[in-house]
Amino acid sequence: MEPFFVAFPLHYGNLTSVFRHADNDASHGSSLIAHRTIFAALFLLFSAYSAYVYTAGTKALNAEPMNDRARHGQQLFQRNNCTACHQIYGLGGYMGPDLTNVISRRGRAYASAFLAAGTQRMPNFHFKQAEISALLAYLDFVDATGTYPPTNYHISWLGTVSQADDPR
Amino acid sequence: MIARQRDLIGLDFMRLGILALAAGMFFGVIGSFQFLFPDFLRELLFAQTRPLHVSLVISWIFLASVGGIYFYLAEQCNLPLWSKRGARVHFWVFVVTGLVILSSYFAGKFSGREYFEFPAALSIPIFLSWILFGVNYFNTLRGHHGPWPVYYWMWGTGIVFFFITFSEAYLWLIPYFRQNMVREITVQWKAYGALTGSWNMLVYGTAIYVAGRITGKQDAARSKLAYSMYFLGLFNLMFGWAHHTYPVPSQPWIRTLAYAVSMTELLILGKILWDWRRKLDDYQKHRQCHAYRFLYAADIWIFINLILALLISVPAINLVTHGTHITVAHAMGSTIGINTMILLASVFYVIREQRPQQDRGAGSKPITVAYWVANISLGIFFTALIFAGLGKGLYHGASFQGMMLTIRPWLLVFALSGIGLMLGLWVVLWHAFRLLTRISSTAANAAANQTG
Repeated sequence: MEPFFVAFPLHYGNLTSVFRHADNDASHGSSLIAHRTIFAALFLLFSAYSAYVYTAGTKALNAEPMNDRARHGQQLFQRNNCTACHQIYGLGGYMGPDLTNVISRRGRAYASAFLAAGTQRMPNFHFKQAEISALLAYLDFVDATGTYPPTNYHISWLGTVSQADDPR
Repeated sequence: MIARQRDLIGLDFMRLGILALAAGMFFGVIGSFQFLFPDFLRELLFAQTRPLHVSLVISWIFLASVGGIYFYLAEQCNLPLWSKRGARVHFWVFVVTGLVILSSYFAGKFSGREYFEFPAALSIPIFLSWILFGVNYFNTLRGHHGPWPVYYWMWGTGIVFFFITFSEAYLWLIPYFRQNMVREITVQWKAYGALTGSWNMLVYGTAIYVAGRITGKQDAARSKLAYSMYFLGLFNLMFGWAHHTYPVPSQPWIRTLAYAVSMTELLILGKILWDWRRKLDDYQKHRQCHAYRFLYAADIWIFINLILALLISVPAINLVTHGTHITVAHAMGSTIGINTMILLASVFYVIREQRPQQDRGAGSKPITVAYWVANISLGIFFTALIFAGLGKGLYHGASFQGMMLTIRPWLLVFALSGIGLMLGLWVVLWHAFRLLTRISSTAANAAANQTG
């Protein structure tokens, strides 16, 4: 199966326990303003953070922009729901291997053979040669963006990881 | 005197949700066996069973949450729906769109995105019906005097953030996003991380509402503690998602921030441990009530899942667990252990309120047995996924097939316990569906007699 119901950090702790702490501070008028202010402040921060993530935070690293063939490959990848079985950077299904660096680690010929004939696990999608080329171009494009899983890294005492092969 | 006509559209949403969950689990079980035996049911590819499973189970979460909100507002909070017709249109748009989505999967038409694997055009009716829901919700609340209890905040937040995250999940349609792989993957995780946060707002709001009603401590939904937990959850929803993107080469501080934000959940863990003893006492008091029992199961799953979430949010541990079945274990713990248990509590609370004798009478024993079968099966299922994930994460060979052979015994346990989980929940769902249908038909007959 796969990480579609992604782990997310939203827990309210022990639900029933909240009700043992019913306090009597019913000063609701002022708290209403406080709640609205906190919400508005968080929302503004979230908006600014989102804008950053959409722009500078995820600036393109690969010098080559996506070409038409790779774009066609991306469409084929989506249209055939390849993500149901394959992952990119760990996002997707687990029936098949992660494809982030399949080209640099296994080679184009290897990937091409799978695309052309399928395997016991992977159905034969009967791709035409042009479609195989497009999919390979897309995988080439993905490959150039980074390394996953990381092979060269250092773990600090805080539990953070610095990846030597991180393009950043 | 003519009695107010009842707003029971919420029950229709709940019943539809029950059907979706029952079918979703069925496709999940088929998918788990296809995982083990790739030739199993070749006519239906794994690329089809997976989205069928995902979409149906997500639908259950939304339908049961939305149903609860419509029902509680209209029937218990003295807030008649601003537009009953709007709620009904919302329901039918969901039904029709849902059927078209399922047909598209069977026909092999995909957009190939996580969560929303159906053709992108089908998101338009969902989006429009959600606007209708939001307008209805906020206008209905205008009838409420005084400050909102925390569950109104949570439901409202869930509605608003669903708009935001659902829209964000479709940013890939713009070339600026989809042609930059780092942005494409990061924004996808951002949208999905916050999307699950948004439905959790709906689900946890429901839990707080139901728990308050059962224990009679409704003022607690206005306590400082309840609001603190709400804001902590909101903070995590907004800024904690990036712990899924540790390996993606976005700006490093985005990932470090996510690590720090995720660790704020240690506060919640401490709180759970602090309250454990008193919680057991409450359980003893209400253990005969199905709704409370489901809430209690959710509490246990929150505890287990929170520990797992904290562990996999540490980058050094995430290095091993990312992209493995451990993420799935967490997902299943969240959607089944927490969300489904809470939503079943909501369903059984409605049943208890409307037909108290049925809640304690016939069907009670099978529900109790099924409750235990489902929870024990889920425990085994969860553990098998953890071990399968460890097997994958720690595998050092170069062959994918070799790795799959190593973890195969765990996947077999996972698939078999999945059957137990499905059967257990099917029994619970069958009784819930049956009782909800009786409530609806009794109300419909009463309305017909009144007009007649």
